[in-house]
Amino acid sequence: MGRYILRRLLVAIPTLIVISFIIYAVLALSPIDPLSAFGADPRVPPEVRENIRRSLGLDQPWPIRYVKWFTALIQGDLGYSFMSHSPVIGLIVQRLPNTLAVVGVAYVIGVLIALPVGMISAVKRYSLVDQVATTFAFIGFSTPTFFTGLLLIIIFSVNLHWLPFIYNSNLKIEDLGSFLQQVKQSIMPITVLGLFDAAVLTRYVRSEMLEHLPLDYVRTARSKGLRERAVILSHVLRNSLIPVVTLIALGVPAVFAGAIVTEQIFRVPGIGEMLVRAIFDGDIPVVAAVVFLFSVLVVSFNLVADVLYAVLDPRIKYT
Amino acid sequence: MSATATPLIAMAPARRASAGLWSNALYRLRRDRLTLAAATTLTVLVVLSILAPLLAEHVFDRSFEQQDLLKTYHPPTLDPPAYLLGGDELGRSQVVRLLYGGQVSLFVGFVAAFMNLTIGIGLGLISGYFRGPVDDVITWFITTLNSIPIIFLLIIITTLFAPGALTLTIIIGLLFWTGITNFVRGQTFALREREFILAARTIGAASWRIMFRHVLPNILPLIFVLLAIDIGTIILAESALSYLGLGIVPPTPSWGNMLSNASTYFSRAWWLVVSPGATIFLTVLCLYLIGDGLRDALDPRLKGAS
Repeated sequence: MGRYILRRLLVAIPTLIVISFIIYAVLALSPIDPLSAFGADPRVPPEVRENIRRSLGLDQPWPIRYVKWFTALIQGDLGYSFMSHSPVIGLIVQRLPNTLAVVGVAYVIGVLIALPVGMISAVKRYSLVDQVATTFAFIGFSTPTFFTGLLLIIIFSVNLHWLPFIYNSNLKIEDLGSFLQQVKQSIMPITVLGLFDAAVLTRYVRSEMLEHLPLDYVRTARSKGLRERAVILSHVLRNSLIPVVTLIALGVPAVFAGAIVTEQIFRVPGIGEMLVRAIFDGDIPVVAAVVFLFSVLVVSFNLVADVLYAVLDPRIKYT
Repeated sequence: MSATATPLIAMAPARRASAGLWSNALYRLRRDRLTLAAATTLTVLVVLSILAPLLAEHVFDRSFEQQDLLKTYHPPTLDPPAYLLGGDELGRSQVVRLLYGGQVSLFVGFVAAFMNLTIGIGLGLISGYFRGPVDDVITWFITTLNSIPIIFLLIIITTLFAPGALTLTIIIGLLFWTGITNFVRGQTFALREREFILAARTIGAASWRIMFRHVLPNILPLIFVLLAIDIGTIILAESALSYLGLGIVPPTPSWGNMLSNASTYFSRAWWLVVSPGATIFLTVLCLYLIGDGLRDALDPRLKGAS
């Protein structure tokens, strides 16, 4: 097992290096100009502009910049933002709690909805519950989150005035009142994302359970006189959860990616919102760092999923 | 292709003698009212979008960029028909813009999906059929591409190259094929070990002939399922990009950028949000339902599982 993980980690290293190179090359070859903020200002003389360019290290060819960036990166230095001149790592640490508070909670809720609903849906196939759940799931993953989000804002913020539609990240939870406020401002983004995640996962859980229900071991369990409850919960569910657990692990990075849009709708100052702004500003160090960290997240969760699979299913041999 | 030669067909009791795969599927599809309704709705949406210029000229009497500053934020009305779905912040006809937006969104979805399909099938067949180092390289490439969150790649590339509809189509077409390749590769792996492939090789058929004439027809049915789902996913991705201001850029209307535009004015004119949003939802829902229905029709063993 240890050897397997080690091998996978070693394979991940060249992959990450290639990814970092692709990201940096795409950014460097782009017509993006980090000085565009000054570009429109005729009061900035050319020599000052050249000095700024040099101070940002932009006078060197990009392969050299890449090597420098990458050497710093493996030492844990993500560089400095062109815009705020503060360390990128600080910006990320500052934004991460907001993203986790919305995206993380939404994903957990999505999983908690999907497991029981998917299970009941499969066991009571074609029942009313199944049909309602299937309908909701289809609606859930066909609706763009930005549309659901806008609809919720129009209904609950604009018309009913129940919920605020701009996320206040300065809110500190000190007492019950501020906690309620936090709940109120998170309800809509969490609902939008959570329902979307739940819709997708419900279908997975359902189809996994459906695949296991007609198998021989289920019939054996029934014929030896186990109650239906025990058959479903400790036989079918256990076995069908194996791929579901790995899917949940694989879905984590995708959830972060999907959060970009949700953060944009509700003005949640999280990582995704920072990325979109950095792209528009031409803030290359921030973009490169965020995208690279996301890739690390994807690669690690792929590994986590594989390891989980092997741990949960003794039939799988890791080689 | 006889029904028993393919692993994708269930051992369902044959209703009629010598029913082929497609006629069997068609028979089942005809009874699947939901899928038929979805297919009809999608066809109507596609036809309406194609007819956009005609409808704009003769029915609504408006071009998609024609402004009327006296009728800004006009609520939906039947008279004049141009404001059937209301007017936007410049008094442009929402319904006409929606039709033209459909041309763009559907074009991106269908064309990019066909690009994905071509790349996906090609690489999947090669990878699964030849195995060995070729397969290793392709698999590694896919793993790497999949490790870069595709939405980021898309966001970065589209920002950098400020694409029109065609460029965006090509970019999406070049990025979203990995799922199809993985599927085709897996199926090819299994199929190449079967007797009819061995038979083909024995009589001296060339590799490309085996891949395209013997392996491909056996996976084609389920590829149509993937195609429907792929188009839906692409339309969602395009609209999300346009919503972020990174996809199709105004003044060219697309469903995504109309929604993005409307999100600025939602407190004044909620109907501007509802029509593009509902259209995206309807289109994607239809595509997913068609994918689901097609799979049930082609492979009844999988019925209800998705």
